[in-house]
Amino acid sequence: MTPVASKHIEDIYEALAEAIDRAGPENEAVFLTKLALTLGAKLDDADAFREAVRIALANPGSPSAR
Amino acid sequence: MRPAGRGPLDSLFFTYPRFLAHRAAELDGVRARHPVVIAGAGPIGMTAALTLSRYGIRSVLLDRKDTFNDGSRAICIARASMHILERIGAVAPFLRKSLGWRYGRSYFGPHQIYRLEMPHSEHEKYLPMYNLQQQYIEQFLWEAIERSPLIDTRWLSDVTAIRQTADGATVAVTTSDGTYDLDADYVLAADGARSTIRSAMGLRLKGENYEGRYVIADIRMSNDFPTERRAFFEPAGNPGSTVLIHKQPDDIWRIDYQLRDGESEADAIREENICARVQAILGDIGHAGPWELEWWSIYAANTLCLDDYKHGRVIFIGDAAHIVPIFGVRGLNNGLADAHNIGWKLAYVLSGQADARLLDSYTPERRGATLDVFANATKSTRFMTPPTRGWQLARQAALSLAVDHDFTRPLANPRQMQPYRYADSPSVASDAASTFDLGPAPGAMAQNVRLDCGGHLLDLAGDGFTALLFCAEAPDASQREMLRRLAEFDSRFKSVIVTLAGSSQRDSCLHLAEPKLSSQGLSLRPIVPPAQADASCAMGPGHKAQDDSVGCGAVRGKSAWEGSALSVAVDDARGELALAYAATPGTLYLLRPDLHIAGRWREANVETIVAALRTALGAPT
Repeated sequence: MTPVASKHIEDIYEALAEAIDRAGPENEAVFLTKLALTLGAKLDDADAFREAVRIALANPGSPSAR
Repeated sequence: MRPAGRGPLDSLFFTYPRFLAHRAAELDGVRARHPVVIAGAGPIGMTAALTLSRYGIRSVLLDRKDTFNDGSRAICIARASMHILERIGAVAPFLRKSLGWRYGRSYFGPHQIYRLEMPHSEHEKYLPMYNLQQQYIEQFLWEAIERSPLIDTRWLSDVTAIRQTADGATVAVTTSDGTYDLDADYVLAADGARSTIRSAMGLRLKGENYEGRYVIADIRMSNDFPTERRAFFEPAGNPGSTVLIHKQPDDIWRIDYQLRDGESEADAIREENICARVQAILGDIGHAGPWELEWWSIYAANTLCLDDYKHGRVIFIGDAAHIVPIFGVRGLNNGLADAHNIGWKLAYVLSGQADARLLDSYTPERRGATLDVFANATKSTRFMTPPTRGWQLARQAALSLAVDHDFTRPLANPRQMQPYRYADSPSVASDAASTFDLGPAPGAMAQNVRLDCGGHLLDLAGDGFTALLFCAEAPDASQREMLRRLAEFDSRFKSVIVTLAGSSQRDSCLHLAEPKLSSQGLSLRPIVPPAQADASCAMGPGHKAQDDSVGCGAVRGKSAWEGSALSVAVDDARGELALAYAATPGTLYLLRPDLHIAGRWREANVETIVAALRTALGAPT
């Protein structure tokens, strides 16, 4: 299920951007993986987590590569 | 900058006037004291002069140049600014020439990821935004200034020094004939981002500078895309860059694009590089036809402002007081609001109708608006030009998800200019004990409502304070007494009596004519007894409301009360006014001259409301 627009999206976006900077370039991938695991555990729903993975994989970061 | 072979004023679409310098009488020993001297005849200084003129106050308007600013510069005029232009008698040419709009689109590569829809309703008189080159903005303001005998404009007159005294300020004006002193009760510094007055007084703008650099290029091309704001993130022809496109009158298009990492400013502004980037952008939007370069400039996002906009008798307005990022079109619009805000307040103080303390509300109101702009602009600037890897990755993720999903699309909202509520102003009544759950709160801009027979509610507001009184029938004795008392404090006071739905009194649309203030804004609006006002019925319901018109209200032939102030009555047959103002019988809103709400009450307690008007006029609380 696609998430609905959250009124907190702004705060979430800012917290994420600042956290990536705090993690630093070397730890970026590990940090983001840990974040995903933590959110998955909080979600406590394997199907919902797989759906989130599917959404995040669907489009690459670069628009022209689609 | 302009293409090789063209001078700074050689525009493809605009002929700059050249103003002559006149030898100032002060150079020959005349020494007069002026109520207001305004440094800078850009759009903000001109709007301040026109506002003062509207209220009968003379000013001297100085500018070092002999013509308008070069280049198209600020091109978006927000709805609130159109109301200001209307109130200073200048809006008509803006409506004729500008391109109004309310939509926008944002793209990630080829994918449209966001549809911008600016807040709008059928009740608004003006669209959310109008595009117009700054040259025209200045020209149309100048045309209004030329009609006013109260504005003494002196071109080629540069303010080079300033000195404050206990009850005024003196500026040194340098001209080709020599330097002279001008004495003023108040000086308005509208001398722009590099304000000489600000430097001379040792004041500094404080805040942040952002990394991203943008080129602003205006081109002429024939293209039938509608007037919308378009933002392109990572367009194919300009990878690693963000591009904005706006349409302007005369087939002129504004193209803003971000410099890529490592691209030097010196290289970026060379004509051949501008042309190459613009050609690539035009490729992205599918424009294959010819185009010509008109003008370009380079820009960095800053959020900078003064700690205090008022220093003794010197008051800073526009870019002299604050520098804001272009995203969200707040530079010009906030400057116009500064000019109008201080303009009516100064006029009330100088004409003896307000206490000088009223001027102390200028900084909290207008600097508050600037800080609100900063909060929004900081967010939109971070999205337009992500400052660090964390912000870059977060934006890339948000844009990529937005191709197929709604949940990150709001992040691409450009947060265009919205009117600011003066919630913390010392001259606005507290809303703490209010029982209103809807309607404009104190400090907010009054809400417009389309009237049944044409025109809009805010057309009925006067130049001064306006009471909006909602009644089941006619105002009762205590309400009439209250309106009479309010009128004692403001010679321009006007009341608008709204008869709520369900009332038995229904007349056809009739206009209560009031003496139409000429657009020159020469005179104080005279107080006309209702009997006399009723006698002349000037405009029919079909009259197109603009500029100085009273607009249209369903007005009964007889004024329903015998107060001494101007009064107009409106039938709210469909209940739309009551809805917009959450009004019940007895509800009263007090509107300021700038159409912001000074206070609102469920019932007319004379002493409370009179006290609120006095507070709004600077009396200590």
